[in-house]
Order: sequence, then structure tokens, then C-alpha cells
Amino acid sequence: MDMKRDYFEDVQLFESNVVLFWSVALMLLLFAIPFFAPKYYIFLLNIVMVHVILAVGLNVLVGYTGQISLGHAGFFAIGAYGTALLMLKLQIPFVVALLFAGFIAAFFGFLLGLPALRLEGPYLAVASLGFGLAIMHVIGHWQFFGGRTGILAPPLDIGIPQLNASFILQTDAQKYYLILVVAILMVIAARNIMKTRVGRSFVAIRDSDIAAEVIGINLTIYKTLAFAISAFYAGIAGGLFGFVLGFFDPFTFNMILSIIFLVMVVVGGLGSIAGPIMGAVLITYLQYSLLKNIAEVPVLGDFLVTVSSRWFSVMGLENINSIVLGLIMIGIVIFEPLGMYGIWIRIKKYWMTWPF
Amino acid sequence: MIGQLIIEGLAIGACYGLFAIAVVIIYKTSEVVNFAQGEMAMLSTFIAFHILNYYHYPFWLAFILTMAFAILLGVLIEFLFLRPAKHPSLLGLIVITLGAEMLLMGLAGWKWGAEQKEFVVPMSYQVTHEPFPGMIINDWAIAVFITAALVMVLLFLFFKYTKLGIAMRATQQNQHAAKIMGIRVERVFSIAWGFSSLIGTIAAMFFASRSTLDPGFMLEPFLRAFAAAVLGGLMSIPGVFIGGELLGLIENFFGYVWPEWKPIVAFVVIILVLCIRPSGLFAKHYVKKV
Repeated sequence: MDMKRDYFEDVQLFESNVVLFWSVALMLLLFAIPFFAPKYYIFLLNIVMVHVILAVGLNVLVGYTGQISLGHAGFFAIGAYGTALLMLKLQIPFVVALLFAGFIAAFFGFLLGLPALRLEGPYLAVASLGFGLAIMHVIGHWQFFGGRTGILAPPLDIGIPQLNASFILQTDAQKYYLILVVAILMVIAARNIMKTRVGRSFVAIRDSDIAAEVIGINLTIYKTLAFAISAFYAGIAGGLFGFVLGFFDPFTFNMILSIIFLVMVVVGGLGSIAGPIMGAVLITYLQYSLLKNIAEVPVLGDFLVTVSSRWFSVMGLENINSIVLGLIMIGIVIFEPLGMYGIWIRIKKYWMTWPF
Repeated sequence: MIGQLIIEGLAIGACYGLFAIAVVIIYKTSEVVNFAQGEMAMLSTFIAFHILNYYHYPFWLAFILTMAFAILLGVLIEFLFLRPAKHPSLLGLIVITLGAEMLLMGLAGWKWGAEQKEFVVPMSYQVTHEPFPGMIINDWAIAVFITAALVMVLLFLFFKYTKLGIAMRATQQNQHAAKIMGIRVERVFSIAWGFSSLIGTIAAMFFASRSTLDPGFMLEPFLRAFAAAVLGGLMSIPGVFIGGELLGLIENFFGYVWPEWKPIVAFVVIILVLCIRPSGLFAKHYVKKV
């Protein structure tokens, strides 16, 4: 059903007019949301889209290149602090600072990619974990980065204040449009990267790095490039994230955050563009909305409060968050290794071939 | 001063070494890096804390009960989470153990809350001895050394002379051949997880009595222990223990010179070792076949 007849069919952005129609409809819906959605949901959507950017970038590394990273909170932190500090200390306009912070993160990604040339699997996971924690400690201890207390985000000014052309975004709805545009651009860019020579090299490395080397793919260049691209996405996402929250706390960029990022990609589905988007939406919704306020959910909430006060502690009920996340992680590997995207493909196949 | 630093480094290094052995036992038998190792030990230590502080049992009874719980927990996690996954990828295994980690951390947080607690063991810091002038050693360090030595000797005897130990080594060398020879490989995996959980819990009790007890207290010791395991090559148990001692010494000396950057040393060591000698200081080089 997904037969490609020529090269153009493989690289085009919209596979068919149906896809084009639904994409346009989705875009219109996304742009119209601030007119009718309550304020809290717009804040939530901002976080969702930041995570979408990050998950799509992480998927380039984990899903397409087959490298494991548990250090993406580090790149996220580099992007966040880089953007804010460039704006605060050097008075650089936001757009330039964001890009620049993205490139700083990409440079660190390149550095982490160097050990990845010799490591694989669990070794790489632990090395990147160590990297992420090291970044957190450096930011948390060095007074230059605000130390333990963190820093407050400067006003989000997308114009150039030096030329008297400042345009400060204050409400969540205004920030929503900025993040939406960036997210759409980044997702389309990721999709297009995967259709180029570079993207196909990544996939070849994932499937077998030795075979890829034999057919002439330079592993040094492409593996470090995958890390750099992925870190660039994380850096951009981090730069936006700080402005969504309004402050930077060094200890939010911890190991758990890196795990949550990895979960988004795995739950959504490795090696696809739609997968990490779905995963990021689901996990962010669970983390920031449903499970955070689990005690207020009609029947289940009362039940959990009773259970907590009988056997556990009511104060610790928020830990249900990480319990559910852990169960999702285990369940997805055991029952549905392809993730949500796998379920989607199965449904699609079922309808397209229906009576059979 | 130098002698003091060496003793303290060796003592904390022995803790890292013990915990690294726990990591290595699982890695050797089933080639899984267990990211939940720290949290399994954390939960067991909380059980010990609960028995001590709510039921007021004597320490050694609590210790034995905790050990039983630790073995059960290890076996249960292997049985419930790893066994049902049919032919998981490397990433899949990592995600499963990370999921178990989140699950256990959430459970402990739900039950005991996030605040830091004091875990008291009979071997205190306050009682000190001075065998040589200038070298002060406390009861805690002595207990660590004795336990480490005991565990090493028992493990050596176990792997060398018992039927089960030989079966575990056979499984590590060739899973399929071991299966053909009549070894129940799955059961061996479960037992390895139980064993590893037990040793990890002993190490975690030392860690907890040294600092404090809270649901996240094993995150960084786990990473340090993994660094130690990598230093030692992830394969031989004595090598891994020496790796732990080395790491403890490096960390203590570095921490003496730059106390502020002490938490980062282990991560720098881990990345450097992985870059320069990924197979560890003591292991032979391993070549991947296509």
C-alpha cells in the first residue's frame, strides 16, 4: 500500500492529496486554538510543543541512527541557559541567541558523539547519562549560571531592542504562536533531513554500522552529525522551554528528565516522525496535567486517596506519576515494541485491506 | 593526612566495588545493564528502615528480613518484567530497566515521602581506632572492609565449587549450550537477579548510613559503581572490585583538592575510560564479529 514508484514520490512532503488536506486542516486548527481554549491549556500546549521539538530531535538519534542517549536533559539545559545568558549578559536579540544556543548545544552534541564512535548500547547510555549529570552539576554549582537558585527569564522580545524595534511577547497565547511556528519548521526540517543522503546514511548506520562503513559511509562524520543534529533540536527546545516557565532551575534538568525524553520517543514509536509527536503529546499530558492532579479525577482519585491514607502516604501521592510512567515504559516494550505509531500502522492496514 | 585520605578512599571505594559487583553479576549472566539496580537496593534499604523504626526489631533480625526481601525483589523483577519480553532489543532492555527504576522510585516516594531520613547501623562513625599514628579508622570503614572481603571470598567459593555457580558461569559463556546441557537458563537468570539485589542492598545500607536515606539517594552511587565496573572491565569480579577502590581513591584525592567539583569526578572518569579503553583496565580486548 505504500509503494513508491519513483524518487520524487519518496521525497515529497505530502504523500497524497488526502494527507495534504488533513495536514492543512490540522494547521488551521492549531492556529485557531488560542481563540477558544482556556488559558491553562495554552500553557500546557506550549510545553507539549517544546517537548515535540525535543522528541523529534531525539528520534533522529535514537530511532534513525540507533544510538542511545540518556543525556538529553544536558543539551536541553545548555539551550535554555545559553539563550537566557546570551540575552542577559550580551544583550543579543532573542532569535539570534536561540539559534546560537542551538549551535552551542550542537557543539556539545558533537563532543558527546566522539566517544559514541567507540561505544555502543549500555556503555553509550551510561556515558551520556554521566554527561547529562555533569552538565547539571556544573550549572548548579557555578555562580556564573545563577548557581543553585537558577535565574529568571528575561522578557521574551522577538524584535531587535537595539533598533527600537522591540516586540515583547507577554501572554501565553503570543508565545504559543512563536513556539508553534518554530515547532512546525523543526518537524518539517527533520522529515526532510531523513529523506536526504544524510538521513539515509543514518538509517544505514542503525541497521548495521559495519555494513554501512563497507558501502562508504563515513561513520565518524555521520555519527557525530547525528548527535549534533539531535543536540541542536534539544538546544532549541530548551531555549523555548525556559521562556514558557519563566525561570530556570538547574535541578529540573536531571536524569529523570532525560529518561522522560527517551520514553516519549519509545512510547511514540522509534524511527518515524509522527511517533515522537504522539509520544510527546501523551507523556506531557500525563506528566503535567492528568497525573499531577490525579486526586481530583472523579472516581479513581478518591480511590487512590483512600489507598494512600490506608497503606501509603497522602503527601507522596504525586509519585503515582513516576509509577505510571514506569509501568508504561515496561508495558510498551513487552506488548507493543513499535509504540503508538505501530498501533496506528496496524489500524491503517486493517482498514485499507479490510475484508481480508 | 595522606593516610587518612587513603583509608577513606578505600572505604568508600569498597562500597562502590560491592555495588559494582552487583551490577556485574547481572551483566555477566544475562548481558543486561540493570539501571534499576540502585532503586532495587534503595527499596530494600527502606524496608530495613521501616522494620527498624516502626517495629523496633533488633538490627540483625531486620538485616536478615531485608536480605530475604531483596532476593525476592530481584527474582520478582526478573520474572515479571524481563522474562515476558520476547527477544527485546538493546534499547528495549534499557527501557525496561529504566521503567523498573521509575516504578520503584515512585513506590518508595509514595510510601515514605521525599524527605531525607537517617539510617542508623550499629557500626558508627564515632567509634574510631588509631592503629598507626596519623591513621584514624572508624567502625563503619572496618565493617565495610570486612563485608567486602567476606562477599568476595564467598562469591569466589560459590562460582568455583557449587553446582549453581558453575551453572551460572556456563550460562554466561554460552546460553544455548548451557540450555542443551540441561541448565534451566531462565531460572539461572532469576537467581542471578536475586543475588545481585542482595549484594546491592548490603552496599546500599552502607551508603545510606554514610549519607541519608531518600528515594533518590542511589542514583549517583549507581553511576559511580558503574564507572568502577567499567574501570574493571565489567567482566571479572576482582577486577571490578579493584576498579571500585581506584575510583574511591581518585574521587577522594580529587575531592580534597577541589571539594566543589567532587560530584563530577566519577562522570569524567567514566567518559575518559570509555573513550580511551572501553574494555576496561583489566579486560582483554573484545572484537565484535559481523
